[in-house]
Amino acid sequence: MSSHESNYSPTGPVERWVDERLPLVRFAKEHLMDFPTPKNLNYWWTFGAILAIMLVVQIVTGIVLAMHYTPHIDLAFDSVEHIRRDVNGGRIIQATHAVGASMFFVALYIHIFRGLYFGSYKAPREILWMLGVIIFILVMAIAFMGYVLPWGQMSFWGATVITNIFSAVPVAGEPLLQLLRGGFAVDNPTLNRFFSLHYLLPFVVAAVVVLHIWALHVPGNNNPIGVDVKSSRDTVPFHPYYTMKDLFAIVVFFIPFAWFVFFAPDILGHPDNYIQANAQITPAHIVPEWYLLPFYTILRAIDFNVLFIDSRLGGVIAMAGSLVILFFLPWLDRSRVRSGTFRPMFKIFYWLFVVNFLVLTYLGAQPAEGIYVLLAKISTAYYFAYFLIILPLLSRIETPRPLPASISESVLGKAH
Amino acid sequence: MATQSDTANTHTPKASRRDFLYVATGAVGAVGVAGAVWPLINQMNPDASVLALAQVDFDVSSIAEGSSVTIIWRGLPVFVRHRTAAEIEEARAVPLSELKDPESDDQRVKEGHEQWLIMIANCTHLGCVPVGESGNYDGWFCPCHGSHYDTAGRIRQGPAPTNLVVPEYEFLSDTMVRIG
Repeated sequence: MSSHESNYSPTGPVERWVDERLPLVRFAKEHLMDFPTPKNLNYWWTFGAILAIMLVVQIVTGIVLAMHYTPHIDLAFDSVEHIRRDVNGGRIIQATHAVGASMFFVALYIHIFRGLYFGSYKAPREILWMLGVIIFILVMAIAFMGYVLPWGQMSFWGATVITNIFSAVPVAGEPLLQLLRGGFAVDNPTLNRFFSLHYLLPFVVAAVVVLHIWALHVPGNNNPIGVDVKSSRDTVPFHPYYTMKDLFAIVVFFIPFAWFVFFAPDILGHPDNYIQANAQITPAHIVPEWYLLPFYTILRAIDFNVLFIDSRLGGVIAMAGSLVILFFLPWLDRSRVRSGTFRPMFKIFYWLFVVNFLVLTYLGAQPAEGIYVLLAKISTAYYFAYFLIILPLLSRIETPRPLPASISESVLGKAH
Repeated sequence: MATQSDTANTHTPKASRRDFLYVATGAVGAVGVAGAVWPLINQMNPDASVLALAQVDFDVSSIAEGSSVTIIWRGLPVFVRHRTAAEIEEARAVPLSELKDPESDDQRVKEGHEQWLIMIANCTHLGCVPVGESGNYDGWFCPCHGSHYDTAGRIRQGPAPTNLVVPEYEFLSDTMVRIG
């Protein structure tokens, strides 16, 4: 879409002088205001803007919290309590940051599943999608390291279990584990480096977000019917149409966010994390935060050896594979129809995939025993089958419903 | 202008002196960067103060038969268990063919000190501390992912790949143990 020229014309000599040297205003007008956006975007498309705001919320509250937090094993736990009790407004700021992580993932998962349904990963948006996967993985790493910082029991044992994952790497496992932890066990060096990285990586995410939006602005937005923009009649300028819609969605999104922060700031956490870390006692039931549960289930589901791969390495491969596979999605789903709306068979398997993902989440919080073990294996199998078997197969055998000729036609009906 | 002559060079079949200089410069640059990066990675390895804690001495005489204590060695919890005769018997009675990670009871204790079982208290699956005197084999049970260990700390059931690790240690006297 090369049609997005800005109609910016500098008024007065000063603006013209700046525009000739650094056309920042022109750039902003072109990409944040005049950018032609399909006029049929629904509310599922507002989660990109919600995520952008959430990243800002997390960075701002995080910077403030770092002014009061002490990254030392003897002081970290107390310093978080100090923030919650003594620091002016600290109770709210800390709760905003902690609940904000959960809300970030709510928006992130909706954003990803929107892309999966409407085929936003398909040509020419493959790189856009892959940058999104990179952001997803980075955000999971950041959230995990952030959860270690309060140095409670879940922090410590979560860190122990997750870093131990790397010891499954053949040959180099043990040295790699010591390199990551800076010791033989999770200890002060581990806490220090996690704090350092937890502060750094969000800015890396911000940089990748810039690339993500750049990659979005080359082909322009996908839309609910998945038909390319054909003329200027199919689009409206981003501002004020989508700035206002996004803003409204952000306000609505902030209502449950605020409810958690003000009325139930700890409801998403674990009571065990209000016990200071103790290297000698493992809590009876270690559970990661809810947003990591689906992948934790996949990690645990492989409890059997496959040839020379032992169960532990197998679990790690499966978990890493469940994320890496997302990079290949644009080439696994070969159907030329983007939107799931016009794919009757895809729709069934898609919703099954959504339910299956929720089941994976549920199972991650359950003990690994009895029926849960079997269910975990079945849902892990479906997760991979969806990408490796169902999507490639569907793109061959499915007959999609006829597509509207254009966005305008679908919005206004056949009359046009 | 330089670009023009470069492109011309790549079309000639023989590598020129200039090509060699490019590659050589690039190689030296790469080695230099790698040399600068290595200390930045190596600083993450265990430091001198961590390594300095590599040995601990411990007096086992205060542990009554049938009970155990957990001590800290290199930041890791270590079980020291005073086993009962029945536990030792039970561990010895198991045929090696039944074991996922075959090791006899003798291999896991020191000769003449068979009642003392000393092992790193982290489950070999993902590092949780198993609960003592529980599980299906009267040894340890890891609550995280359900691994069962027997009275010699050997893996019997569950996702853990190997037996609980026995650290290097020696008996300095009948009751003094040096771990590490």
